[in-house]
Amino acid sequence: MNPVIPLDKIRDEDRERVGGKAFSLARMVRSHVNVPDAICINTEAYNDYITSTGLRERVLFELNRKSFDEMRWEEIWDASLRIRNIFLNTPIPAELLATLTRAIDSRFSGRAVVVRSSAPGEDSAKASFAGLHESYVNVRGTTPIIEHIRLVWASLWSDAALLYRQELGLDVERSTMAVIVQEIVIGDRSGVVFGKNPNDPSQAVIEAVYGLNQGLVDGTVEPDRWILDRKTGQIISHTPAHRGKALFPAREGVQLKQLPSAKLNTPPLDHGNIAQIFDHALAAETLFGEPQDMEWTFRGDMLYVIQSRPITTGLTGDSGDKRSWYLGLRRSFENLKELRRKIEGELIPAMVEEAAQLSRQDLKKLSTSELVDEIKRRSAIYDKWLDVYWSEFIPFAHGARLFGQVYNDAMRPADPYEFMDLLKATNMASLERNRMLKDIASMIRENPQLAEALRNGKTNADEEFDKALDTFVNTFGDLFSGMAESKEQHTAIATLLLEMAEQPPAQRPFRPKDIESLMSNFLSRFEGEQRAEAAELLELARTSYQLRDDDNIHLGRIKGQMLAGIEEAKRRIEELPSDGVETRELTSLLKDPQYVLKEQASADQPEAEYRIKARQIVGQPAGPGIARGKARVIADPSDVFGFKAGEILVCDAVDPTMTFVVPLSAGIAERRGGMLIHGAIIAREYGLPCVTGIPDATSLIHTGDQLTVDGYLGIVIIGKTVDSAISVHGSTVAAL
Amino acid sequence: MERASQIKKTLKDLFESQRLGVLATYGEGQPYSSLVAFAATNDLKYLVFATTRATRKYANLSAESRVAMLVDNRSNQDSDFHSAMAVTALGEAEEVKESERGHLLKLYLAKHPYLEEFVNSPTCALLKMCVDRYYMVSRFQNVMELHMRR
Repeated sequence: MNPVIPLDKIRDEDRERVGGKAFSLARMVRSHVNVPDAICINTEAYNDYITSTGLRERVLFELNRKSFDEMRWEEIWDASLRIRNIFLNTPIPAELLATLTRAIDSRFSGRAVVVRSSAPGEDSAKASFAGLHESYVNVRGTTPIIEHIRLVWASLWSDAALLYRQELGLDVERSTMAVIVQEIVIGDRSGVVFGKNPNDPSQAVIEAVYGLNQGLVDGTVEPDRWILDRKTGQIISHTPAHRGKALFPAREGVQLKQLPSAKLNTPPLDHGNIAQIFDHALAAETLFGEPQDMEWTFRGDMLYVIQSRPITTGLTGDSGDKRSWYLGLRRSFENLKELRRKIEGELIPAMVEEAAQLSRQDLKKLSTSELVDEIKRRSAIYDKWLDVYWSEFIPFAHGARLFGQVYNDAMRPADPYEFMDLLKATNMASLERNRMLKDIASMIRENPQLAEALRNGKTNADEEFDKALDTFVNTFGDLFSGMAESKEQHTAIATLLLEMAEQPPAQRPFRPKDIESLMSNFLSRFEGEQRAEAAELLELARTSYQLRDDDNIHLGRIKGQMLAGIEEAKRRIEELPSDGVETRELTSLLKDPQYVLKEQASADQPEAEYRIKARQIVGQPAGPGIARGKARVIADPSDVFGFKAGEILVCDAVDPTMTFVVPLSAGIAERRGGMLIHGAIIAREYGLPCVTGIPDATSLIHTGDQLTVDGYLGIVIIGKTVDSAISVHGSTVAAL
Repeated sequence: MERASQIKKTLKDLFESQRLGVLATYGEGQPYSSLVAFAATNDLKYLVFATTRATRKYANLSAESRVAMLVDNRSNQDSDFHSAMAVTALGEAEEVKESERGHLLKLYLAKHPYLEEFVNSPTCALLKMCVDRYYMVSRFQNVMELHMRR
C-alpha cells in the first residue's frame, strides 16, 4: 500500500487512513472548491515508522510508567517533552524515507508548503482536537518537509493532546496520525468562518486578519469580526480589531510585521468578500450535511479554502470541557512576553504589597465580629490570588517549556532536560532565604556558648544572633503558617538552626555543566534575527523558571496571612467562654467548609489479614543522582522542624515552608509530579537527587523508613538496599 | 496507587488467567526452577500444585520447604514492557493433609481438568505452598508487597 495519497485520489474507504481533515479537503476538491494542492501521508506511514523503529513501545512505556489517571498535567507535559525528543532522535527508516522523498520531490520540488496534522477522529463533532496538534507554515525543501512531518507525528503526543485524551478517556494505544502536505497560498487576507454561531444558531460569524491565518488561530493577531444573519447573509454587526501587526512568511516559517498605515484603518474584507466567504460556508454545509468551521484565505481576489471541519458541539457552555484551558497553556512567544510584563510589572508587586499590608494589621486588636469579617476578607483575597496563579502564573510557566522545545529541536540532546541547566537562577527568593539561614547557622557554629544556650532552650543569649533571627522572622516569618506566635516560631527555627550548625559549613558546591558553552552552542544554531529571538526566548524562559518558584513563595505569604486569621479565631475559641455568642460566631465560621483547613483524608485501612507495603514506586526523574537515607515524612507543617541532616524529604508537595530544610536533606521524594515544580527546581539548584510524582508518597512511606531515591530513573525504593545499590557507573557521574 | 483490596483483586485475576507458574526450589547449594500448573485458593493464602515424588523439585522441597513461585502474564511482545505484570510468592511448601485434600483437589482440577489422571496417580503428590508474602511488579518497575497474616 502506498503511504502517500494525493487529495484528488482519496476515496470514501480511505477515511480512517487519511484522517478527518484530509478527508474533508478531498471531498471539497471533488466538488470543485478552490483548495490548495496537497498530498496526504496516511496513517500507514506513521505506523510503519513507529513499529519498525520500536518507537511504539517506547512511547507506551513512557505513558505507562504510572497509571495515566494518576499523572498530573505537569507530568504529562514532561512525558510529552521526552516523547518528542525520542521522535527527534529516531530517524525514518530508509525505505519509507525514499518513498516520502520521491512523493514530495515530484509534487512540490522547491515550493513552500504547510505541514498539517490530520489525525483520525480528530475532527469529529464530538471531539475536536483542533489546535491540539501541530501545523507548520512555510516549509521549503524535501528534507525540511520530511523533518516537519516527523514533528507533526510527534505532536500526536503533545501535552495538550495527551491532556485532552485523558479528559475524554480516549485510548492512547490506538492513537495514530496522518499528515497533510499542502502547497502554501500566501494570502494577503485570511480568517475563519463559522457557518453557525455556537452562541446563536440564527447567525454566522466571520473573523479576518491581514496576512496569514496562523496569526488569528494562535491568538497573536486580533481579528475583525462580522456577525451575519444565517438566513439572509446580511451583516448584523462588524467589530473592528485594533489593527497593528500581521503574520507574513519569512525566509523560513513566519514573522510578525507591522502593517502599512493604509491597512491599519481599513478592514481586511469588503462586503463582496464577506458574501463570497459566507457562500462558501453554506456550500460546505450542504456538502458535509452540517455547519462548518472553515479556514480560508484571499490571494488577491482569489478565495481558497484551507480546511473545513464540523463545528464542535458542546464546546461552548460546557464547563466540563477543559480544552480551552489546556490550549491556553500553549502561549505564543508574543503572548508570553506580554504576560511577563504583566506579571513582573503588576501582579507580583501587587501581591507583595497585599501580603505586606495584611501582615501590618494586628489581628489581636480586632473585635470578634471584625475578626470574622477579616477572615472572610482574607480568604477572598487568597482566592483571588489563587485564580491569578492558575490563569496567569501557570500559563507563564510555558515559557520554560517553549524554550525547552526550541532547544531540543535545535540541539537534539540525549538528555531532554539539558536545557534546564541554562535556566538555573541564582536569585530566587527561596535561595535568598536559605542563604540567610545559612549565615545565622554559621553564627551558632562559631559560638559554642550560644549553641549550648539554644540547646537548653534559652533565648537572649547573644544579641547579634537575636537580631539576625528577628530580621529573618520578620522577613520570612509569615511563611510559617499555623504558627501565629512569634515565640513558637523562634524556638522552632532555633532548633532547626542548631541542626544546620552541626553540619560542616561547606555544602558540596553544585557544578552545573559549562553553561557558557551550552549557551553559545545553542545560539550558534541560529543566524541574524533568529539568533536575537533565540536569546530573547532564553531570557524569557529564565524568568519563567524563576517565577515558577517565586510565585509559590508569594502565594504562600498570602496564604499564611489567611491562616493567621484562622489561628487567631481558634485561639479565641479556646479562651472565650464556650457558650458565649462570640464563640458561637467564630465556631460557625470555622465550620464553613471554605474556612476549614482540609484534614488529611483518613488512610485506607488495610484488612486485618493482609498488610500492604510499597517496595519500589515509580515517579518521574526530576533531579539526577542517587541518595539513601531515613525518610522524613512531612504530613504537618511542624514536622519540618524535626528534620535531621542526611534525611530524605518526603512530602505531598514541597512548599515554601519546607524549602529551608532542603540544604540539610540528602534527597527529595514528592507526590506532586513534574520537572518545573517547586521541589524539582530547588533540588536542581542544590544538585540533590529528586523524584516527583510518587502516588500516595506520604501514606506509603513512613518517617524512619530507609529510602533510596534514584533520581536518574525516577524511582524510590523503600527498605534496605545493599551498599552497592547507591554506587553509579559512568565517568560523568563519578566526577560528582 | 493500589490498595490492599485492589491488589488482592489484581492477584486473583492474574491467578485465574494464568495456568502455569515458575516454582523455585533449592537443593545441594543450588537454586532450581521448574514450570508447574498451579491454582490459588480464594483467600490467596495457598498456591496448590502437583508433582510426582521422583522429581528433582520434590526432592528439593522435601529437604528445604522454603520456595518461591513466579506467575506472570507476559505475551512475549514488546508491549510486555509497559503492560505485563509479574508476581513472586514467597512461602513454604508441603504435601496437603488428608483432611484438606478433598477441597484442594477439587479446586485444582476445576482449573486443570486434564490433569485428573496425573494427580490421582499414587506416585503423584498434591502440594500447597503457604504464602507468606507476594511481590507484585507492574508497569516494569512498580513493586508492591502484600504480606499475609497468620
